[in-house]
Parts: sequence; structure tokens; C-alpha cells
Amino acid sequence: MADLDPVGAAKAEAEKPRPFGTGYKLIGKDYSTNDLVAKVTGRSKYAEDFRAEGMLFCRLVLSPMPHARVKRINAEKALAMPGVRGILTPDEVPGHADYVNDNGTRIRADRWGELALADEPMYQGEPILAVAAVDELTCAEAIERIEIEMEPLPFATDPLESLRPGSANAREDGNVWVQEGRQEPQLAVLKWTNEDFAAEKEGKLPMGHAPEEWSFGDVDAGFKNAALVLDETFLTPDVSHQCLEPRTTMARWENGKLFLYTGTQSTMQTVPAIARWMHMDEDKIVFISEYTGGGFGSKITGALTLVIPALLSRKLNAPVMMRVSREEEHFIGRARPGIRARTKVGFAKDGRVTAVDMFLVSDAGSYGSNGDGGACGQITSLLYQPPAMRWRNVTVATNTPPRSAQSAPGGMQAIAIMEPILAKAARQLGVDQVALRRVNCPEGKAEFGPPNHEGQRGHATSCFLKQALDLGAEQFKWNERVARRPRQMGTKVRGVGVSLSTFHGGSSGFDGLIVITPEGRVQIQSGVGNLGTEALIDVHRAAAEVLDVPWEVCDIVWGDTSKHLPYTCHSGGSQTIHAMTRAGHAVGLECVQRLKEVAAKKLGGQPDDYVIANQRVARKGGGAGLSFAEAAQQAIRLGGIYDGHDVNPEVNKVTKTSVAALAGQGLVASARDNYSHEGDSFSFLACFAEVEADVETGKYYITDYLAYADVGTVIHPAALGGQVLGRSTLGIGHAIGQKWVIDPQYGVTVAERFYQNRPPTILDVPVDMKWNALNIPDPETPVGARGCGEPPVGGGCAAILNALADALGDNIFQRAPVNADTILTSYEAGRPMQNPLLAHI
Amino acid sequence: MPEMDDPRQSEGAQRKVTRRQFILGVIAGGAVVSAASYRLLAPGHGRLSSANWSERLISINVNGKARRVEAMKQETLAWTLRYKLGLTGTKLGCDRAECGACTVLLDDVPHYSCSVLTHTVRNKKVTTIEGLAAADGKLHPVQQAVVDQQGFQCAFCMSGFIMATVGYLKQNPNPTRAELAHGISGNLCRCQDYSKILDSMMRGAEYTRNGFPAERRA
Repeated sequence: MADLDPVGAAKAEAEKPRPFGTGYKLIGKDYSTNDLVAKVTGRSKYAEDFRAEGMLFCRLVLSPMPHARVKRINAEKALAMPGVRGILTPDEVPGHADYVNDNGTRIRADRWGELALADEPMYQGEPILAVAAVDELTCAEAIERIEIEMEPLPFATDPLESLRPGSANAREDGNVWVQEGRQEPQLAVLKWTNEDFAAEKEGKLPMGHAPEEWSFGDVDAGFKNAALVLDETFLTPDVSHQCLEPRTTMARWENGKLFLYTGTQSTMQTVPAIARWMHMDEDKIVFISEYTGGGFGSKITGALTLVIPALLSRKLNAPVMMRVSREEEHFIGRARPGIRARTKVGFAKDGRVTAVDMFLVSDAGSYGSNGDGGACGQITSLLYQPPAMRWRNVTVATNTPPRSAQSAPGGMQAIAIMEPILAKAARQLGVDQVALRRVNCPEGKAEFGPPNHEGQRGHATSCFLKQALDLGAEQFKWNERVARRPRQMGTKVRGVGVSLSTFHGGSSGFDGLIVITPEGRVQIQSGVGNLGTEALIDVHRAAAEVLDVPWEVCDIVWGDTSKHLPYTCHSGGSQTIHAMTRAGHAVGLECVQRLKEVAAKKLGGQPDDYVIANQRVARKGGGAGLSFAEAAQQAIRLGGIYDGHDVNPEVNKVTKTSVAALAGQGLVASARDNYSHEGDSFSFLACFAEVEADVETGKYYITDYLAYADVGTVIHPAALGGQVLGRSTLGIGHAIGQKWVIDPQYGVTVAERFYQNRPPTILDVPVDMKWNALNIPDPETPVGARGCGEPPVGGGCAAILNALADALGDNIFQRAPVNADTILTSYEAGRPMQNPLLAHI
Repeated sequence: MPEMDDPRQSEGAQRKVTRRQFILGVIAGGAVVSAASYRLLAPGHGRLSSANWSERLISINVNGKARRVEAMKQETLAWTLRYKLGLTGTKLGCDRAECGACTVLLDDVPHYSCSVLTHTVRNKKVTTIEGLAAADGKLHPVQQAVVDQQGFQCAFCMSGFIMATVGYLKQNPNPTRAELAHGISGNLCRCQDYSKILDSMMRGAEYTRNGFPAERRA
């Protein structure tokens, strides 16, 4: 470093990995989160654990057909039964309307949007009716006595089939979603020609017209100058979220207010969603969600079906519990859209990508478009840094259960599509797999996506993935494993795989809210949902760090909007750790400033004459001071900005309401994250896996796994480890077994329970999976931390796929998951034997 | 029910299924399964609409206490615990013995309480997650290990995993990591936090054998 100038030396120092917790008292240190004892003793309350006096139960009637019209409902006999209190039909559910939320954002009505009950069900399993009674048994008996006449309508379950000439459309008015500019996607009819479909005979994805397209660089030149060009077809699976807690909801009304209990990823963001779905004011809603049993993108603002018990409760003037069964959860619980891709990639001799031409057909399911195809292109352009790329996408509506974002939406598919191509290229070029990733690895403020209307491409806030790749390869002993020979012993063959991985890791602009109580406690209001990633609590370590208080004096208030919580990000897109440590840092500083002002007013001098230490605000260099308790008491006496009777004008409207409600309870400080945020925040990982496959049975085991993360500053190591390996394993599920099976003739689902569509169990993964992190702070955020909920998913999936191809060759699979039968049939035949294009087989 | 000739398949009814009914049943699969499944799960409250579902007062031993409860003959233990006895720490994740979230101990052996009839446990000792900690609030070693290790994420599966571990450790107090993984493999964690779960449970095994570290003693 001696030849570096001072600025360069400082930069080099800032970009070095460091031990967790360096420079902090709380951040980067392990601790037990405040919600754990309630969890281990069974006292934590999830939605189904709440009870209310006179509570009724309700049960759903689901559509038995993939597309139909409800012609007539006769519930007379059911309603005459003792114990039956009422039914809810589709015409009682509020329809589509524009909505302006409390923060002033207008959300346009979507005429193709989903409602909680459907009179034209778009998929088998869609709720069409609900029955409320004194108990579920009576509900079930009543359902048997309801006559429902339905008219079957044409349906489509395979997106590619829906593009064939003369085929059925999922909806009467179209089969593909088309987005022009910044407009909301519109439904249109798109059919390809028989000539377009000629490629399918060669096992290649046909490429007809695609409504969405972008490109940058000279793609043709990139292929022309390539040493190797691969043209691969690959299909990623549709995988259900399968939260262990189904989207059960309890609702009750009191004095015109709705009290609603359900799981959510985002406590404060769910209130406007409920208001929009119910057509009611936000201030008439109290939302309680203390613990949530998994979300993965399917409960970002709770779930639409929550309106069913809310409406029934209002109609029947009694609390209503809607328990959702595992089968119902399969249908209404959301899933990741499968993407079929044809991707042409050019490589230079050293493995450098020269051009990418990516063509996608994404399955949108029954309601709305989704951004997975778009994200797939963006993430590809970021993670492999092609100098030239063209992206085309068709998003097709089908009569299959609705899709939604699932951990790393589109990003997971991009990595599953691209990584096997990179692995194949490395083998054909004779380049080491890690070396090939290294030459393509993004770095620093890496650019991504197409240029915007000003000709500018987006860029990352920071990227140190090369360091993660090198350190990961060293920790995994990559070279030793590659050199180990022979790989085959008897019928067992081993293979190693590496994958890069990334996804979004942060947003900004939210609020923090702290009350220092007259007892001297630091009460931190948290509007984050409690998914157990512990972001709910971990983010507030930033505020405690700034206030220089021990964690033991901090109380976290969460999970109930009647407790007055601040405006908080959605916990989706791995935003929370980034967004809310920023807000926490901001409110920590605000709190420090107000404490100093209170002390100066009481004890004389200027605020800057005071410092914060040991839960006191005192004169610099010793002297008079106030304890936090005394300062809070003094703040109440002062009133105004100090105790919340006036509010920091910068905070969002929702926070202002909460501050007003907390006024007078202590020193009330609120602040908005106004820190600069130049670029887009992404987190990155290098993932490594080894597998052992038995070529006689097709059975294989993952014997080792390591994920090395570049996520900025590590806030809570144990929680981060849970995220890195947990989400890696979610990705691994896509590689080793999870998929849908749908009967194409009747459009009905075959795999709807865990035993038919099982997420990985504890025996499917190595007993000692490993993770590590660089802990290099992101320069674009004050605490330096980025999210890591989603970035590992693609790497988890693709590291396994690549290890399998390393063990068994490049001619085994063209789709995921890779099951024992995939291996058995293809290994013997020497070519992929599973159809790469058919959906849901 | 749409598309069903005779959808009534209540307990005790003749189960003569014609080929046509079978095919229609497959077509209507989702609705039938989800509606019919809950026929076995009435919550009772003594307000039953049908004389077919009679309750009987029985006594069961739960967490060391004799509890008198009115249970139907087809009532599952999970339902009794959650809806009659207020022990909501036992979770229902699938209700069909697939996920293990409802695991409790019957005479120290782990069982899926969603698949055990309440009437069958009258002579057994039932232990739920609420019954693990000592009366003074001191956590069970396995619970304490989870707290110390920051185990689990959403924790909907947690009580099942803890009960399965406590039961397994009675059979094998000093397991290897692989043995313990096998011992609790009947439980599913959708957050897929298996690594941290195993860390916690291995520490729980150590605490169970050797006691808590001194500084953590209550």
C-alpha cells in the first residue's frame, strides 16, 4: 500500500473485510432478540391464537374448475340450519376503485384485479363463497347444502400453449400482459404462428413476437467476436410460498372500528392495504400482527382474503375467525412464476461474456402481471456484466393460482437460467469455474439494465463480490475439491458447483420514532412486520448505538397499530435492514439533539456544550447533567417539539399521527431518513456446493454448501446467518424437488400438499452448511448495511444445478427441479429426456 | 357443492362410490377435500347443530395437571389443546401429519397432535410447549439453548421442533449432529433455518446433559 496516495490508501482500507462488530458496541454483535422467550414458551400469538367473545368461524367454498362463471347460488337450506349465521357472496365484496392512501399516493383501480371472492373464478381453488357459523363443523355441513350452479369456461394452464394459434385464452379479453412505458400493464391477445413454433421440435423454446424488449451495446458484434456461443433452453419451476402459517385471519368490530388479526410482512404498510380492499378510512382500522409464520413475498401487506372475515364480522355483528387449511393455502397462498427461457450467450476465450440475448416466457397465473421477467433481465445484466444484451419478454396469463413476488422475484430465475450456461461454457473453454465467474463479476458501482431516457444506466451503490468469491473459494477449498480424483467411486459420482448471486438490498426515506420515558427507558416504536428475520428488532440497534445506551434499557414496541408506530418500509425486496437502520440512525441523532437542547434549557449553555454518555446528557468535560429519566420529565414540562405536542415537520404523515398520539409520554423524537442514496442497493453472494449422485438410483445428496456474502455492515451475525443459509435452502428447493403438477386436460392441480410438493427438510441439506460475510460497509448508507433476505436464493439453486452438471455432464437437465427420475432417464440416454417446455409436469 | 351428485360423506355413511362420483370427486378435489376435512374438527362450544357430534366429558393429564374437557370422539388432541384448553403454543401447520408443527409429548414420546384423537390419550401424560419451563419460569435447557443461539426465524414450527428434540434427547442424550437431524426430521421449517435450528438443538442437548452455563442460571 506504500505507493498509494492517502486518499487511495483510505479507500483501500474502507474496502477491506473486517471482523463483525468492528467499531461498534452493539452492531455486529450477537444477542438474543426481545421476542424470543415468548416464542420458546408458546406465549407468542399468531393470528389463529387470538380469541374473542362470541367468535364465529367461517369456511370457504373453492372453485372446482379452473375457469367458470357462477350462475346461481341457493343457500336457503344452509341458512336454515341451526348454528349457521350467514354467508358472504362475491357481490358483497367491495369492487375495484381508485384509492388515495394517507400518504397521498393514488393507487389506480385495476379492472383485471383480484377480489376476495370471485363470481368468475380464474383458477381451481379460488374462493367463491364463505359461510359463517358457530363452529367449523356446522360450516362444513352448511356448505354441503348450498347449491351452486357454475358454467365452465375455456381455460389455459400452460403459457406456451396459450400462445399457439387457435388456443384458449385464460381470460375472455386476452392472454398476455403488455406494458407500455410507465402505464399499468394491459391485457391483450397474442398468438404466435405455426412457423414460430417450429423450434420446439428441436427442444428449443420458440420465439415469436414479444411485447416487451430492451437492449444495450452491440449484441451482434458481441456474438461475432465470441470464441464460443451457447444457445440454451431452460425452464424454472413454479414454486408455492408454502408459509408454515396459513393466511388465517380473525376480525372483529368495535364502535365502528375494525380490529384485524393476521400475519403480515409489514405492519404499517398493511393498514392502507386493508383500507383499500375494504373501501374504508385508515383511521378506522386497528391492525394486530405480533408474529407472522412466514411470508417470503406472499404476505407483503397481509393477504387479500383477510376481507372475508372482516366483512362477515361486520355483517353478522360478531367476531369471525377464518382458518385457512393447507390445501386452501396451496391455492390462495401465492407462488413464484415459472419462466421458460431461451438464452444465447457469447464467451471470449477466457470466459468473459461478450453478449447475451435472453428471451423469456413468464407465467403470470390468473391475476395481474408480474415483474419477474423484467427483474430477470435486470439481474442478468448486473450479475454477469455483459457489454451487450438484448432482453425480450412475454408475460402470459393462465388459469393457475395467482403468482406474486417470492424471495428474489425474477432474480432467482435469472441465476438459475444463466449459471448452468456459464458452467457449460467453462467446461467447453477449459476455464476454471471460479475463474470464469471472476472475469464476469460485477465490481464497485457496477452498471445494470438498459439506458434510461437520458441515456444513463442504473448502477449499484457498491459491490465487493470478487472478494467474496475469492475468500469463498479459499474457505470452500475449491481448488482441492476440483483436483480430487477420481470423482467416481462405484456408482457414486461427485461434483462441485459455484454460483454468483444477487438481488436488491435496500430503499430509503422512512421514519424512526423513539420515546424516552420518564423512567429513563428508551422505547423504540417499530412498524416492521415480525417475520422472525429479526429485522423488526435488529434495525433499532442503529438508534441505540447512536444514543450510546446498553440494549437492556431499550424496549421495542411492535405488532399493533394502536400502539402508534412510524411510517415504515414494506418488508419485501430485502429493504428493511437498509431502510430502517437509516431511519434508526436518523432518529438516534434527532434524539441526541433534543436531549442536548432539553439539558441546555434546564442547565444553561448551548446544546453543543453537552454530550451523551451513560444514559445521561451532561456538560462536556464533566459537570451538571440530566439522566435520561430527568431529561424525559423535563421534556414533558417543556412540551412542544420535546414531548410530541409539536412534530418534526419532515416526517411522513403516518408518523405525525403516531407522534400526536404519543405526545406527553416522555421525550418524543421522530425523524425521517434524508440521507443521500446514490445508486441502487444490491447485496451479493458467492455460493459453493458439492453433491454426490448415485447414477444407478438417480438419488443425490448435497454434501457441502458455503455462501459468502457481501451485504455491507453485518448488523446481527446470527440473524444474518439464518437469512443467508435459510434463503439459500429456499433456492435449493427449486433445484432438488419443488414444482407444481397440473392436469392439463381438466386444469386441476395434483400436487397441493407438503407431501406432494415438499420444501427441503433437514435431511435434504448438509448438517453443517456454512456462511461468511465480508462486513465491508456500503458507502451510500450511514450504517453501511444492506438487506440479505433474497440475494442468496438464486445462488442456492444454481450452485446445486452446477454441481450436478459437474458430476453428471451437461446433458442431463433442461429444467429444474432435477429429480431422481430426471437423472436416471437422461444419464442412460445421454441427453435430457424431460420435455423442457411443458408446464407443470 | 357444485358438480357433486351426493357430496355427503359424513362419518358412518355408506361409502359406495361410483366411478362417476370418483371422477367428479377428482375434478372437484380442492373444494371437497377442504370442506370435508373439517368435518372432523368441530370446535364444540356445546352449541352443536347436529346430534351426530356428541361430546363426552373426559379427564386428561396435560402438563402435569388433570384437565376435564368435553371432547367429541373424533376430536384431535391439537384441537382440544388449542380450542378447549387455551394452549395455543401447539401450532397447526398442515393438520395432516406432514409438518410436525403440532408435535407434543405423550409419555415423553413425540407425536403429531393433529393426528392423535383426544380420547386415546386419557391414560397418557401430555406435555406441550407451555409445560416445559419450570413453575418459577426457568426455561427448559432446550428452550434456553434456542434463546442463547438465536435459533429459528418465524418460529411457527418452533414448538414442534423443541418438543421433538426434547423427546428425542430422552432416547439419545448425546447425539451427533447427523443423528439429531435424523431424530427431528419429521418437522418442517419453511424458513429453512435448519443450520441455526441444529446449532440450537445441539446446544440444548449439551445443556440437558450438563446444565446451563453458570451465568445463565435463574
